[in-house]
Amino acid sequence: MNVRHSMAEVTKLIHKYLRHDKKFPHVWCPGCGNGILLGALIRAIDRTGYEKDDIVLVSGIGCAGRLPVYVDFNTLHTTHGRALTFATGVKLANPRLQVIVIMGDGDATAIGGNHFIHAARRNLNLTAIIVNNNIYGMTGGQYSPTTPYGALATTAVYRHIEQSFSIAELAVTAGASMVARGTVYHATMLDRLIEQAIRKRGFSVVEVISHCHTQYGRRNKLGGAVDMLRWQKENAVRVEKAAKMSEEELAGKFTIGVLVDRDLPIYTEEYRKIREAARSRMAAVK
Amino acid sequence: MSVANISGKQVLLQGNEAVVEGALAAGCTFFAGYPITPATEISEVMSVKLPAMGGTFIQMEDEIASMGAIIGASLAGAKSMTATSGPGFSLMQENLGFACVAEVPCVVVNVMRGGPSTGLPTNVAQGDVMQARWGTHGDHPIIVLAVSSTKDCFDITVKAFNLAEKYRTPVIILSDEVVAHTREKIRIPHPEEIEVVDRIRPNMPPEWYIPYEDNSRGVPPMGIFGDGYRYHVTGLIHDVRGFPTQRADEIVPFLTRIHRKISQNFFDILMVETELDEDAEILVIAYGSVARSARRAVREARKRGVRAGLVQLITLWPFPRQILEPYLKRVKAVLVPELNMGQVSREVKRINQGMTRVETLNRIDGNLITPEEILTRLLKI
Ligand code: SF4
Repeated sequence: MNVRHSMAEVTKLIHKYLRHDKKFPHVWCPGCGNGILLGALIRAIDRTGYEKDDIVLVSGIGCAGRLPVYVDFNTLHTTHGRALTFATGVKLANPRLQVIVIMGDGDATAIGGNHFIHAARRNLNLTAIIVNNNIYGMTGGQYSPTTPYGALATTAVYRHIEQSFSIAELAVTAGASMVARGTVYHATMLDRLIEQAIRKRGFSVVEVISHCHTQYGRRNKLGGAVDMLRWQKENAVRVEKAAKMSEEELAGKFTIGVLVDRDLPIYTEEYRKIREAARSRMAAVK
Repeated sequence: MSVANISGKQVLLQGNEAVVEGALAAGCTFFAGYPITPATEISEVMSVKLPAMGGTFIQMEDEIASMGAIIGASLAGAKSMTATSGPGFSLMQENLGFACVAEVPCVVVNVMRGGPSTGLPTNVAQGDVMQARWGTHGDHPIIVLAVSSTKDCFDITVKAFNLAEKYRTPVIILSDEVVAHTREKIRIPHPEEIEVVDRIRPNMPPEWYIPYEDNSRGVPPMGIFGDGYRYHVTGLIHDVRGFPTQRADEIVPFLTRIHRKISQNFFDILMVETELDEDAEILVIAYGSVARSARRAVREARKRGVRAGLVQLITLWPFPRQILEPYLKRVKAVLVPELNMGQVSREVKRINQGMTRVETLNRIDGNLITPEEILTRLLKI
C-alpha cells in the first residue's frame, strides 16, 4: 500500500505534531536525512492513532537525538547512549505509554551497545529507531562502530581499520521481537516500517540508513545529499528479493524490509505474573 | 525472606533490609539495581517485596542503566530508588547529573566500602563523602544523608524520599558496610505514623503549564508522562519551557534557581543529632557507623570527668555550617573521627576559620573506629 500525502494533509500533520513556537529553525544541516525520518515518524504515529499524551519519545545524544524537541509528545532527551535505560524505566512505571526511542549509530551501538543488546534480550514493548549515518555527525566526523572499513574520519585520517557492525543483524541476534531496516530514500516504506514497529508487541528495532553528507560524505568524496540518497536507492535490496540473489550479486549491497518478526514473551506481561506469585506468597504468610 | 506485613511490629533487621522498609513506607514503587557488595541485600529484598505490593523491581545490565531507569520511572510518576556501592556509584554519576538538571526526584543509596577501585569490597569505609558531593560534573546542589543505625536506615530513607519529592532532586543516602550488615531490633511504624510527602503536580490547564517556571519555593510543579502535561525533558540547560537554551538571561536564572531551591531551605534539609552537647568543651563530630562509636566514647568520657559532647551529622550535604558554627565558636576543641583520610574534617576546617582547634582521627584499614580509640583521644585533648 502506497500512502501519498496531499499538501493539505502535510500541513495538518505539521500543525498537529510540531512545536512551531520557538523550536525552529532546527539544528540539522540542510539536506540531512533526519528531516525525512522526522516526517516518516510523524506519519507513522498518526496512522497508529495514538493520542499525543500516550506517546513518549526518548532520545540519546547526537544529531538524531535532537529530534524529540521538535514534536509535541512527552519528550525526553537523555544522556549519550543511555536512552534505552530511561525508556525502560518509563515503560515499567507506566506500561500504558507507547515509548519510542531515537538513537544514532554511535549512540546506540558504541557507548549504548550494552544497553541495546540487553534491551533487545529483555523484550519490553518498546520501539528503537536507530539512525545509521556511519559517523559521529554532531561532534564533527569521528568514526563510529558503523563506519566502513577503509573509510575516512577525523579520527581516521589514515583510513579506518575496524570492521563495522550491522545494527539490524545485531538486534536479530540479541533477540528483538521485530527488526527492520529502511532508508531515508525509501521514505514511504520507512513510514510503514516504523508504523509496523510501533504496532509490534515486543521490542522492535528499525535501523534507518541515512546520510551525513557534511561529515561523512564530504570527507569520503561521496558527493552531496542527493548523491548519497542515490547511493541508498542503488544499493538497497528488498529482503524478499535478496533471498533469491547470490552472494556475489549481493556484494556491497544491503537489505531493506522486515528482517525478523516473531512473538516472544513480553517483559511487562511476564512481570504481571511475578506480581501475582508474590501476592499469593504474601497472602500465604499472613 | 519474609514478605509479611511488618508495620507496627518489632523486628530484627539489618540496615539494608531497613532501607527497603523505609523506601516502601515512603511510597517507593520502582527499584532498578545491579548487584554489588555490600549493597546487594537491598536489591534482593526489593525483588521479593516490590512485586507483592504492585511495584516493579528490575535488575539492569549495569549501574549506568539502573540510574537511567529510575529517572525514567520517576518521570512516569513512580517514586524510584537504586542502591549500590562505591564503584557502582561512580558509574551512576553521569545520570545523577541529569537528574539534578532535569529536576527528577529519586533516591540513590551508596553502601560505602573500602576503595578506591574494587578496594576492600567487604570492609567498611566512609570514602565517598566527596564523591557524593562532587562526583558528577558541573555546578549543582545535592542532598546527601548519612545513616548510622538500622533505625536510621528506616527513618532517613523515608526522609530521603520526602526531600527528593519536595525539592525535585536526587537524594543520596550514604550507608556503610557496618550499618548495612548490623542486625538490630526496631519497631516498624504504622503507615499513619509516617509523614509521606509527594511531589506537587500541576493543576492548571495543560496549555498554561510552564514546566520549569520559578516560584517562591523555587520548585516548579512536576508533570508526569501521560498525565496530559506534555513537555520536554533534557539534560541540556533549558529555558522555563524545558527547551535547550544558550541565552545568558535564561542560563543564569535556571542554574541560580536550582541552587536556591536547596539553599533557601537549608533548615528544612539540615538534620543532626546531638548528645551531651550543651555544655561540651570538646565536641566530637561524626556520622555513619562511626557516630555509634563516638556516642559511646562521649558517654565514657563524661564518666571520667571530660566534658565531651557529640554532634552526629545526618545531612552531610548541604554541609550543616549553620548548625556547627555556634559550637566552633564555643568549644575548646573538635575531634572528627572518620573512616577516610579526612573528608568531613576538611569541611569542618573549611568552615572553622580559626575559631577552634580541629583534630582528626582517621582509619583506612577497613575496620571500624572503636569507642576506645575515640575515648583515648578525648582523654588526651
Ligand atoms: S552533521 Fe550530518 S547527521 Fe548531523 S545534521 Fe548535519 S548532515 Fe545531518
